[in-house]
Amino acid sequence: MARLIRLDRSGHTTLAEWAPEDATAHEAAIEAFRRELDAGMLASVSHADGSAEVVRELPRDADLVVLRRPIAGG
Amino acid sequence: MASHAGGLVEAASFWWRERPSQRSLRRDGRRWTLWTAAIATPFFAAGGFLLWLEPLTFPVAAGSFAHGWLIPELYARRGAGSVVPIGSVGSARRRPGASERAERTALGLLGDLVGHEQRDLLRRAGLAMERGRLGVWLVGEQGAILVRPGGRRTDCWCVRIAEPGTLPAGDRVAHLLLALREDEEGFATVANLAFSGATWRVRRRMPKLSRPALDAARAAARAGG
Repeated sequence: MARLIRLDRSGHTTLAEWAPEDATAHEAAIEAFRRELDAGMLASVSHADGSAEVVRELPRDADLVVLRRPIAGG
Repeated sequence: MASHAGGLVEAASFWWRERPSQRSLRRDGRRWTLWTAAIATPFFAAGGFLLWLEPLTFPVAAGSFAHGWLIPELYARRGAGSVVPIGSVGSARRRPGASERAERTALGLLGDLVGHEQRDLLRRAGLAMERGRLGVWLVGEQGAILVRPGGRRTDCWCVRIAEPGTLPAGDRVAHLLLALREDEEGFATVANLAFSGATWRVRRRMPKLSRPALDAARAAARAGG
């Protein structure tokens, strides 16, 4: 089951869960995903090689998509 | 740590900054050392001159030597202090009103993001270790330490969440860790260099609890990342 989570004041909040074959759940996840992006969040997908990738579209086959806030120099 | 096309979104705002590379970091490190020497050396010279002129001026000369010694120490202190390990002074975990439940939840996710070896280090030292192309990184709540290949030189970077609000400590580290993984050079482009110098100098200025993380990063950097 794939998860869309947002890092927030509660630690993190699960916004959506979907199975790759469940089109309805994936559509609902896409809606939640777009709402968060419109609010200024950035979406990050981790890969098995230890890297991560910023995504603008919700990948259907990702295990975990993390929504984070932008960073800045201190 | 491999990189993916696209890079760090935030780095695009810093178009005038050079994307760091091993070469540019070596150059910046040399500049940093020269600058520090240029500031500290006059104090040593003045102390030596006073002693040469009149040995009885020793107390004044000693003060001048102390100033020269103190300058790189202050730089190292600023660099080490900018990182803020989880649970240290300045950590979001220690702020009044911090929710223990949220902190535990955030730490749980962060533990899932880091590897097994790093999880224990994170728990003990409050810093997340990440191997990269530029060296071995230690990520804290408000910055990151980069131990350069070979382990002798360390760069301290100030970088944080633009609007952290009341995010728990673990989430702050997770934000920076994800950004670092998305684009290591972009991450170092956004971050501001707070110190570059000897690893031992930074180590002395770190909280005792976090020193094992620097030791582990230095060992990994010596071993080739």
